[in-house]
Amino acid sequence: MSSVFLRDIVKRFGSFTAVHKTSLEIPEGQFVTLLGPSGCGKTTTFRMIAGLLDPTEGDIEINGKRVNDVPIHKRNLGIVFQNYALFPHKTVAENVAFGLKYRDVAKDDAARRVAEALALVQLPDVGARYPKQLSGGQQQRIALARAIVIEPDVLLLDEPLSALDANLREDMRVELKRIQDRIGVTTVFVTHDQSEALAMSDQIVVMSEGRVEQVGPPEVVYNTPASEFVANFLGASNILPARCTGRANGHVALEADIFGQVAVPAEKAPLVTGEGPAKLVLRAEKLLLARAETPANGAIAVDATVETVDYQGQAVRYFVRAGDTQLQAINMIDERPFPEGTAVSLRLRPRDCTALPA
Amino acid sequence: MGWQLVRLWTLLVYAFMFLPVAVVVLLSFNASQFGSFPMTGFSFRWFAELAQNEAILRAFRTSIILGTLTAIISTTLGVLASLALVRYRVPGANFISTLLIAPILVPEVVLAVALLLFLNFLNVNKSFALLLAGHVIFTLPFVILVVQARLVGIRRDIEEAALSLGASPRQTFFEVTLPLMLPAVLAGALFAFTISFDDITGTLFWKPGGVETVPTQIFAMLRNSISPEINALGTVMIVMTVGLPLLGAALARSLARRRGG
Repeated sequence: MSSVFLRDIVKRFGSFTAVHKTSLEIPEGQFVTLLGPSGCGKTTTFRMIAGLLDPTEGDIEINGKRVNDVPIHKRNLGIVFQNYALFPHKTVAENVAFGLKYRDVAKDDAARRVAEALALVQLPDVGARYPKQLSGGQQQRIALARAIVIEPDVLLLDEPLSALDANLREDMRVELKRIQDRIGVTTVFVTHDQSEALAMSDQIVVMSEGRVEQVGPPEVVYNTPASEFVANFLGASNILPARCTGRANGHVALEADIFGQVAVPAEKAPLVTGEGPAKLVLRAEKLLLARAETPANGAIAVDATVETVDYQGQAVRYFVRAGDTQLQAINMIDERPFPEGTAVSLRLRPRDCTALPA
Repeated sequence: MGWQLVRLWTLLVYAFMFLPVAVVVLLSFNASQFGSFPMTGFSFRWFAELAQNEAILRAFRTSIILGTLTAIISTTLGVLASLALVRYRVPGANFISTLLIAPILVPEVVLAVALLLFLNFLNVNKSFALLLAGHVIFTLPFVILVVQARLVGIRRDIEEAALSLGASPRQTFFEVTLPLMLPAVLAGALFAFTISFDDITGTLFWKPGGVETVPTQIFAMLRNSISPEINALGTVMIVMTVGLPLLGAALARSLARRRGG
């Protein structure tokens, strides 16, 4: 088990900089997710850790040792690729045993470890089959077994779930996390899917345009986004122009057009320093729609009109208009959603808000 | 009505192309001294005589050695060139690719004369090695086209997976890449062999004196007389150049099926 450390790494392709100067620590045994849209540099970073790309500048350390000049086949990594990348001409058992051939493992020992790995991914009986005879989800489990049977220092997962159907993806997500917990291997996971990142990670590294936007545990990244990009990429947020008018007893006072005075807890506005322009961030699922006549119970209440209703089953996404401002709100529903054109009251608790510098 | 005519015409075209071949095969089993209809009886006589003919046997041996060496060298070079062009960034890859494919675009006579003149200019005498070099040059494009097409279809991440599991680049090539492109490599080798075995134009220009391949031997025999032996030889040639690729394809298919293909 090992830690990974990236020190001031930069990757340029010609004149294009794919990853700007970045430092990142992946502590031993943790499940760390590189999250971002395509082209954000997550895959480039991943491939540099894997040894499939050389960084233009900076050092990559695994276990405290600089590995820049260590080729991929000597790094002892377990990699699971997006499209499984199983060897089509080898049986499942031969696929899983592949890495052991290069590791001085005795034959019966290897057979036992292959059987254990297949049992761990809950496919103990498919050893004699060829990859093409398995379903996508089964192939992905075999790819995982092949990567962990060599007891890698670091497990690298490159969008391993994105080729699967939606239902299967959620099952595999739980399964993958269970296996990672069980063997406790340091894991780097690359995805563009925020729900996968939130569900599985110990730490999330949100990236955009070759830069790290925020690093933190899922609930921190989700509840206290450090930038407008993070606020919008993880779930949906409303970002409103506001003014910081001062701070008092643990709260930062913000003045936002339609909501008036909002006292945001100071720990939810760590980056807002002085008075002046700022931004108020409201998560769409924290903005509640209520009938105009229900009492506000201490929440901020603002009159609005429902413009668009996007029904999603257990939840509904509304686009509402309050004055000149269009906002989105995602609410759970027990009966039926408010129809379009309804006059409603928006309810907002100041402690659900976060603030960013302008 | 119109379609009926098209069908008839197509039939006639195919008949025109294949009937002479059929006649050659048929007459090779004719017992008569003269290669003509009506057949006087069924016999393997001409095949037996073929097996007695020292010149033809020598030509056969030459052709097989030449074809085999051409296949081995062309396939090795073709695989290496394809790997370089597909897997690595080579400066001027497009130009090199065009250059390697060019021999199929240039008329064979031009290629043959050009190589001959060039070696004349260098004061190199005609030899078996030169003949072999010539055959390699114009079979190489076929190998490269077939192997390259296959290599493009082998996903890079499969090789990356092998590397990540601890196989060195060389082990990865022999354990993963080569087995996956084996059908194309075999097809390329068969192509090279049959093309070399069949060739007459280039061979006539490049062969040193006294060396005959099967096609040049037939050509030489035709200048004297039309012996029924030639029919038998033609039949053997057809069996080899048609049969070998078919056998290869069948082999590749059964190989693929065994892997749950």
